[in-house]
Amino acid sequence: MIYLTRRATFSASHYYWNEAWSAEKNFEVFGRCASRNGHGHNYTLEVTVAGEPDPVTGFVIDLKWLKDAMEREVLSAYDHKHLNLDAQEFQHEIPTTENIAIAAWRRLEPAITAAKGAKLSRVRVYETPEIFAEFRGEA
Amino acid sequence: MKAYFGRRYAVSASHRLHSEALNAEQNRAAYGKCNNPHGHGHNYAVEVLVGGAVNPETGMVVDLVALDRVVGERVLDRFDHANLNLDPVFTDRIPTTENFCRTIFALLKDALPGGELEHVRVEETENNFFECFREG
Repeated sequence: MIYLTRRATFSASHYYWNEAWSAEKNFEVFGRCASRNGHGHNYTLEVTVAGEPDPVTGFVIDLKWLKDAMEREVLSAYDHKHLNLDAQEFQHEIPTTENIAIAAWRRLEPAITAAKGAKLSRVRVYETPEIFAEFRGEA
Repeated sequence: MKAYFGRRYAVSASHRLHSEALNAEQNRAAYGKCNNPHGHGHNYAVEVLVGGAVNPETGMVVDLVALDRVVGERVLDRFDHANLNLDPVFTDRIPTTENFCRTIFALLKDALPGGELEHVRVEETENNFFECFREG
């Protein structure tokens, strides 16, 4: 099995807020991230797929196809957007880095599975170079 | 739903690779420049990966501030701007990055404020790094 990873970047704003909590508790738990004016990051999205190289092309997956799928399924929805306000999945879910990794997986997995080649193995999202989250499709 | 949260920290420290079990010539052969009697230093990058269920209330696997506090107290305060050879943990083992990585894993494994320690990676330079995983 070969694992292949493609990277892309997107820039977006967000804030952390649990609607079930008081303002006081939101600020206590989320600190500066709770400011309703939002703030932003340059995110890096890393998508890892796993499979056997095709005997004819030698590819696990066509990288151009993967790049286009990441653009279409994820970047078009997140890049230069406000995640809480613009992305449907974050209307009621907090756009933490963990949840962005899970949401990006859900956006990409059907397209990659339908392509009947490699399997999606891991989605990693860097919020800053020092902070990242990943999802491997585990329950 | 299980996800992973990763965090990178910087540790600048000095060390000298020298084994008491080897003579001077053998030490030089085994460790080369790293056997320099007065030691040398690195800017290490320590990557900590924590796995666990995403808390539905916070959207988080582990609280970043609490994680930073634990890593700060147990690892950074102890090793940053220190001579690794002088730390008690390295009196009977050589402060290679392999052993440094395993030491950090052991110091954090039962002290996390949430989730489980999945892996520790220690980058000694931009061109080499060492990893220690939960399975051993």
